[in-house]
Amino acid sequence: MRVNGVEQPGPDEARRLLSDHLRHGLGLTGTHVGCEHGVCGCCTVLLDGAPVRSCLMLAVQAEGHEVTTIEGLAADGEALHPVQQAFHECHGLQCGFCTPGFVMSVVGLLAQHPDPTDEQVDEGIAGNLCRCTGYASIRRAVRRAADLTKP
Amino acid sequence: MLGSLEDAKVLAGGQSLVPLLNFRLARPAHLVDINRIGGLDRVYARDGGVAVQALARQAAVEDSELVARVCPLLTDAVRLVAHRVIRNRGTVCGSLAHADSAAELPAVMLALGGHVVARSSRGERRIEAGDLFTGVFETALAPDEVMVEAWFPASPRPSAVREESRRHGDFALAGIVRAGEALALFGVAATPVLADPREPTAGLRPSGDLEASPEFRLQLVRTLVAQAFAA
Repeated sequence: MRVNGVEQPGPDEARRLLSDHLRHGLGLTGTHVGCEHGVCGCCTVLLDGAPVRSCLMLAVQAEGHEVTTIEGLAADGEALHPVQQAFHECHGLQCGFCTPGFVMSVVGLLAQHPDPTDEQVDEGIAGNLCRCTGYASIRRAVRRAADLTKP
Repeated sequence: MLGSLEDAKVLAGGQSLVPLLNFRLARPAHLVDINRIGGLDRVYARDGGVAVQALARQAAVEDSELVARVCPLLTDAVRLVAHRVIRNRGTVCGSLAHADSAAELPAVMLALGGHVVARSSRGERRIEAGDLFTGVFETALAPDEVMVEAWFPASPRPSAVREESRRHGDFALAGIVRAGEALALFGVAATPVLADPREPTAGLRPSGDLEASPEFRLQLVRTLVAQAFAA
């Protein structure tokens, strides 16, 4: 499978989840694991550009596909991705546990709706849980990210 | 392959099955991943309705102009299934085969009177919606059969799907599907059930849990039906 543009080995065992393979096999610990049943959204990554739950996929299922994790967003390692920049500017995070999942979901949301309505913003982040912010600053961050990515 | 394996489960989107595996609630000896089978992800017009193949993702059905035109009830219902990120992987056929009694899509299929196509090495057969759901998480599919397609008739007017859940994207405490004068309920019995719109709770004995008592579920059904049929 290709992870963040680099060809990477598959898992040793067919039973391993993609989330566990990314973290334990490849050392990409930016993908967080919360509930392990698809509710919290922390483990969200992009599979061929669309956000999916990495805890609800076996790693072997990602073979032949392109996986993007939070580590792969800021290409040169210096400038933040516009969604990361927006979360930074708007204080869209406190403890940061849920943040990688939110950022990946929002990348997917803005790919689908580049200029989302308030309802689309709420719908887009509804699958991610945050226990710190109360979501208000995250909503603002999504709006800011949409502004930052406008052509 | 399914026919030659003991205790095998089909893995499509995995959005219901993998959580069960993670919690060790399901421990099948074998998983048969069908995701690499080509040409099984179409959504197309058939017999005046829409056919959704086994690997068509819920997100694709949600975005399908064909579905929105022919069976907008299905579009509305798919939007209530979990969250978009889940729908990017989850499949319509998978929801039907999983047969959660609180899920929307089985009730939609039942209300519309659709059918599914099951295939095995023995051949292909059609299972009508009314015969498909046999119990909690149980269907009429044989262990060696794969649901290759689900067919939904065009939705009549007026149609509506309504549900009440504790949190956005959760399974419903109770829900109803109106398709013309037909009514199906979900979340209130072991399977989705057809009901009489004038007496929707007749004979119904829903279970109670931490989230809702049986009486509350019955009240929800009465309220949701009244709303859907007031239009």
